[in-house]
Amino acid sequence: MKFHRSAWTGAALAAVAAVTLAACSSAAGPTTGGGASNSSADSGAASSTGAGASDGAAASTDKSTDTGTDASPAKGTLTLWHYYTDREADAVQKVVDQFQAANPGITVKITGGQGSQDISKAISTGSDIDVVILGGGSDLGVMCGSGAFQDLGPQIKKDGLDLSQFVDTPLKSSAYNGVQCSLPLLSDVYGLFYNKDLLSAAGFTEPPKTLDELETMALKLTTYNADGSIKTLGFNPMMGFYENQSGPWSAAVGAAWMAGDKSAISTDSAWAKLIEWQKAFVDKVGYSKLKAFTAGLGDEWSGDNAFQTGQVAMMMDGEWRVAFIEDQKPDLHYGTAPFPVAADKADLYGGGLAMSTYVGIAKTAKGTDLAFKLVKYLAADTGALVTLTNEIKNIPTTQASLASPDLKISDQFRTFLDIAKSPHVFTVPQVATGTGPQDTLLNYWEEFQSGAGGDLTAGLKKVDDDIDNALALSAGP
Amino acid sequence: MLTPALAGLAIFFVYPLVANVYYSFTRYNLLQAPEWIGFRNYTYLFTKDPKVVAAARNTLWLVVILVPVRIVTAMAMAGLLTRAKRAAGFWRTVFYLPALIPPVASIVAFVFLFNPGTGPVNAVLKLVGIKGPLWFNDPALAKPSLVLLGVWVMGDIMIIFLASLLDVPQEQHEAAALDGANAAQRIRYVTLPHLRPVLLFAIVIGVIDTLQYFTEAAVASSVASGRSGVSVQLNQVLGYPRDSLLTYTEWLYVRGFSNFQLGYAASLAVVLFVVTGVFLALLLRRFGAFSPDGRV
Repeated sequence: MKFHRSAWTGAALAAVAAVTLAACSSAAGPTTGGGASNSSADSGAASSTGAGASDGAAASTDKSTDTGTDASPAKGTLTLWHYYTDREADAVQKVVDQFQAANPGITVKITGGQGSQDISKAISTGSDIDVVILGGGSDLGVMCGSGAFQDLGPQIKKDGLDLSQFVDTPLKSSAYNGVQCSLPLLSDVYGLFYNKDLLSAAGFTEPPKTLDELETMALKLTTYNADGSIKTLGFNPMMGFYENQSGPWSAAVGAAWMAGDKSAISTDSAWAKLIEWQKAFVDKVGYSKLKAFTAGLGDEWSGDNAFQTGQVAMMMDGEWRVAFIEDQKPDLHYGTAPFPVAADKADLYGGGLAMSTYVGIAKTAKGTDLAFKLVKYLAADTGALVTLTNEIKNIPTTQASLASPDLKISDQFRTFLDIAKSPHVFTVPQVATGTGPQDTLLNYWEEFQSGAGGDLTAGLKKVDDDIDNALALSAGP
Repeated sequence: MLTPALAGLAIFFVYPLVANVYYSFTRYNLLQAPEWIGFRNYTYLFTKDPKVVAAARNTLWLVVILVPVRIVTAMAMAGLLTRAKRAAGFWRTVFYLPALIPPVASIVAFVFLFNPGTGPVNAVLKLVGIKGPLWFNDPALAKPSLVLLGVWVMGDIMIIFLASLLDVPQEQHEAAALDGANAAQRIRYVTLPHLRPVLLFAIVIGVIDTLQYFTEAAVASSVASGRSGVSVQLNQVLGYPRDSLLTYTEWLYVRGFSNFQLGYAASLAVVLFVVTGVFLALLLRRFGAFSPDGRV
């Protein structure tokens, strides 16, 4: 049968409509360089004359924030994009207000609530962005590898900024392929939250320090309904539950993600041991029971969070949970501790995973000297970091701010400051595919815990292959 | 006269399509200029992509199950509504109303209704001695649960069928009845031929929409996973549970905007375009749209 031409045309147009959304999203075009910022039009002058005023707030005691001694103050307008929202955005506004008060010639325009994907789209279209605070912890490789973030090396050298003031792991993770393309600005640190009342009722006086202790205590803390379903859980070992993600768990055994530019998940035996232990833990409670119990729990970010309601006695989470509990369940009797580690790696106890936030200069910035002034203030000014820590409840990333007596923190929060100071702090790799390695591993891990993952060795090898293939697609020859 | 329309077509349809095809042959991360890499994206797509098969399979499942179920239900409901003698307007409004609810709101409400632990659906089932399933948290039931959602909001196509059914001449039904046709025969030989153009429209729109199925699955995964906060990146929850709700366009989104592989995402879009075109061509051929007079 011959197709009628008009009907073919109709079918083709319908198909075009079907693909338009995807086409439009990828048809933004290459970097145009258009839309040039005019907000920092004066920054050239500023950069040539340096900065006379102190960058930081009056409370700052960090001498490194003084970017210059020239008599003429810096002038210009900067545009700052960040990912914070609501209460946290207010905190950023507060420290930026302090920056502006200390630098009357500089105006900072803020655009909040922008994730890394939004920021990359904006930079690629030449939008008016000078300074970026990048959250999420895993997209720096994309930003730096693509040149969206400028190399801060020349500015750091020119300014004489002492990098040794930063905490080691966040500082290392703020560079990509040897290029210092950002500076760390706060970090999220993971640990163990435990319900003191539930542990006490079960006869425990201390939180677990090893994974085996965690399992033993969790099984004893777990209670069941008459029909055999779970009533309360000592610890939820299901991957995918709240912060049970591949990144935070890697720190419990010090497992490596990459060996050079290749995925090392199948070659570092720590991963296989960890996954086998976790699967055995799941099986002892019962996958189906855990699945049913987990499905009925409240949302992680709501007041119905299972730890806050007492449905789960112990939980892996980040330091931000302290602020959530203060807000949503202030009467909860709980403690915090470093997350347990593998018994054969007991020396790792006290550390954990740190996922940093970064601040950098976008390639669209027109005056890097002026932009660096704000970057340095946000990343290195003790007063600014203390304010952000007290307001946002994240971990500061300089030695001085970590030790500052001005920090207003609870005992539960102090645990995370101690973890941040540990020599055994790990982080996730910065690669061209963002969270690709973590997502790929978690996906297989969830299959494996369900019993559908097949042979673990072969499965992890495929995880490596999938990660390497995806990386090759992004950065291969 | 046609110039504005042709300009619009060129700018908003032809250019994006051509650009998309071009990008599909490049390595492009949105932040750097595209780099020509030939067929490497397509080679990866057909030989190495770890999830594209699962995503395509899920999408195909929805096309094969969700579209017919919605259409049949909408037709049946429209047929019942034509028989309403009293308060017809009220009942039409009641069954159309769910289609007016913003999609995200309706999905969130639906997932909460079917929450295995706290939802009223399982609570009612428990009252009658039935242990409720995990619904959106069970990989085997997640897609069927979405079908229930699709049926609930089928008012958009129901209203079109209703209009068409009300337009069927009663004389033809009466003549067929006089000739001895029973109810089933009257539906087969009188009602369905009148519905044929509307039916084709519903299938075409349904297939296109479902091949691009995104919002419903994404929101359902996000809410059911218990990680719907602003701090959680969408790629961390898409597909939950265990990729059973991972659709083709979701995977395209993840590769494009989470893995920053816009060139590869473009190749996924091109394949979707081709599949959609073939699907529609076969469908139109089946309905006789390619006959010389072009009438369905």
